[in-house]
Amino acid sequence: MTTSESFVKFDKVDKSYDGEVLVVKDLNLDIPKGEFLTMLGPSGSGKTTTLMMLAGFETPTGGEIYLDGEAINKIPPNKRGIGMVFQNYALFPHMTVNENLAFPLEVRKLNKSDIQDKVKKALGMVELGEFGNRMPLQLSGGQQQRVALARALVFEPRLVLMDEPLGALDKKLREQMQYEIKHIHENIGITVVYVTHDQSEALTMSNRIAVFNDGKIQQISSPDILYEKPENAFVANFIGENNQLKGKVKSINGKNCIVTTDKGDEITSLKINVNAVGDSSTVSLRPERVEINASEGNFENSFEAKVKELIYLGDHIRTRVEVCGNDQFIVKVPNSYKGANLKEGTSVKLSWKASDSRALDLG
Amino acid sequence: MNETITGPILTTDGIPLKVSLQKSEKRNKIRAFLLVVPLLAFILVTFLIPIGDMLLRSVDDSYINTVFPKTFKEYEKWDRQGLPSEELYKTMFFEVKESEGYAIGKASTRMNYAKSGWKSLLKKSKRKFKKIEEGPYKEQMIAIDKKWADMEYWKAIGVMVDATTAGYYLNAVDLKYNVDKDVVWQKENRRIYNQTWVKTFKVSILVMFFCLMLGYPISYLLSTLPLKYSNLLMICVLLPFWTSLLVRTVAWMVMLQQKGVFNNLLVMSHIISDENRFALMYNETATIIVMTQILLPFMVLPLYSVMKTISPNYMRAALNLGASPLHAFWKVYMPNSIPGISAGCMLVFILAIGYYITPELVGGKDGQMIGNWIAYHLKTTLNWGLCAALGAILLGVLTVLYWVYNKLVGIENIKLG
Repeated sequence: MTTSESFVKFDKVDKSYDGEVLVVKDLNLDIPKGEFLTMLGPSGSGKTTTLMMLAGFETPTGGEIYLDGEAINKIPPNKRGIGMVFQNYALFPHMTVNENLAFPLEVRKLNKSDIQDKVKKALGMVELGEFGNRMPLQLSGGQQQRVALARALVFEPRLVLMDEPLGALDKKLREQMQYEIKHIHENIGITVVYVTHDQSEALTMSNRIAVFNDGKIQQISSPDILYEKPENAFVANFIGENNQLKGKVKSINGKNCIVTTDKGDEITSLKINVNAVGDSSTVSLRPERVEINASEGNFENSFEAKVKELIYLGDHIRTRVEVCGNDQFIVKVPNSYKGANLKEGTSVKLSWKASDSRALDLG
Repeated sequence: MNETITGPILTTDGIPLKVSLQKSEKRNKIRAFLLVVPLLAFILVTFLIPIGDMLLRSVDDSYINTVFPKTFKEYEKWDRQGLPSEELYKTMFFEVKESEGYAIGKASTRMNYAKSGWKSLLKKSKRKFKKIEEGPYKEQMIAIDKKWADMEYWKAIGVMVDATTAGYYLNAVDLKYNVDKDVVWQKENRRIYNQTWVKTFKVSILVMFFCLMLGYPISYLLSTLPLKYSNLLMICVLLPFWTSLLVRTVAWMVMLQQKGVFNNLLVMSHIISDENRFALMYNETATIIVMTQILLPFMVLPLYSVMKTISPNYMRAALNLGASPLHAFWKVYMPNSIPGISAGCMLVFILAIGYYITPELVGGKDGQMIGNWIAYHLKTTLNWGLCAALGAILLGVLTVLYWVYNKLVGIENIKLG
């Protein structure tokens, strides 16, 4: 996404419900046209409030939201022309699928035959052509989800918002729908703002992910960068599995630094979110980037560790070890000849590169 | 898996599956039945039997047959051309003379409905027959009272010969049998029920309508407010519900009467002059105002309980799809609240149509409903047959309404909670 012009713009937006606590703090966000942006965060992080402000159901306490260059704070939700897929779909239970889809077209006073054509096309898009005369409650969860999607798209909105649309589906269906939504987005090139608390969903579908916590965007970037290069301890911990080693910065050397743990182990890491010698820091490290008993290779970090627990997971063995004073340290050992020899209680040598361990804030 | 099953499915020990299932469910069924037995018995004794008794009473005309069995038998021989024979006079004489005074009193009340004058005639005869020792009786009876020579009285007995009668139902709609058992209108000045029926329906429908108009917005507010405010507001709605009906009604009297709070305020603020005070008490208006207030909670509660289940996302979705708030309400919210509207309206209408105490206290002459006439006949005239007929008609009307409603809206669309 290299479009420099932003289609949706949040400009210093604040939101408070009670006048005491800010649920969204000084939010600045630019979404280019055609992007699939996911707002990811734990519940209460402000992501849904942000979406509701964009849809027009909540008014910002401060700041301004722009859509296609136009300030929309004072435009009521029914005049914004934004499609939305709600949690639990919000299909009108007293109308058939066709009537649900025709609703936005009827309020726009399209003529009957146009409405019929568009409804048919939209149902075809989600592969539910046969189900037009059913009532929503006669459909399965996945089918209802598709109808909701079709209804949000049928009037060709400029922007579609999705508020945890897959939350009520079982795992298999959810994964299938993730691909379908992604493909629909790719095919019609519409701008999508998607809210979820499920990180794998976010990673699968998005162009960019904005990680929310405590009313603020902690980091916003593409899925791979978010996973590989988290900028603070919250993001590192929230996206994917993560080992944390706490300590103090002993010395800084260019882009690297050395963090000393309480037990005196010295870890060489990338200097990401620490400023000065003496700062408290959390070193973050992905489990798959740790080698056990490495015989060759150039590792800056090497420590003795004790195997505490082995969990067999088929393709790999999840190994919990105690290292540098942390007994919750996880290593993913491939189920190969080498890994199969591990025993609980034995000592092993763990090694990792400085470029894979990131010295972040205390978190 | 190509095996086709013929005959009933068997369990592993060879018993047909259905029999086996029935056996295993039997205990549960017995337990379920035992759980409802006390309530079933209670309903039977306090509800079904009284209603059955009422329905019987509304057509029952057998008592008089037990007082004058021989007379009625003899009566069938009479050709209705001239005065009856000596034989009929004689049986009548002995049955009047030998019956208990109480029985004669009760029977004569019934006979008076068929032809007024019977009551005084029998009362007088019972007293004077004692002196008559031997026949012929016809002349002696006529000597006591000339009514015994009036064909009209003898003919009226014909209306009562059957053990059942539709007379009470006719009375309930301002009709009656004349002495020849033809159905005729009551005298002009005695027609009261038809206009009362009309009034009862009018008041009930208006009360239902006002309750809906007042109750719908408040229920909507209640269902959308956060819990701590909605609880408080709910208490405000229910508070009148917890106060005595009489206290509330009397409070309304203070409010609405000619020199009451409401009129005084209007006069004081010079909206109306002292001579033109509104007549808000002891008329139909008072009945409607007070009943609306009293029945409002019965509208709010079912509405609220249904509205609480309507996800706010429906309205949001409608707005999001481009509908104006009014359009969204009318096309999306309102249809989803129909079960609550139905339940509330049915409840209020059913309660209103049989209402008695409020019209009695604030209705004056103009605001009386059918319930007041039932109470009047029950307590004052003791015409229980008419009471039963009026009650049975109410029951019938409600049953018909229920049936129509079920056809139009579907009873499964009612939701009380």
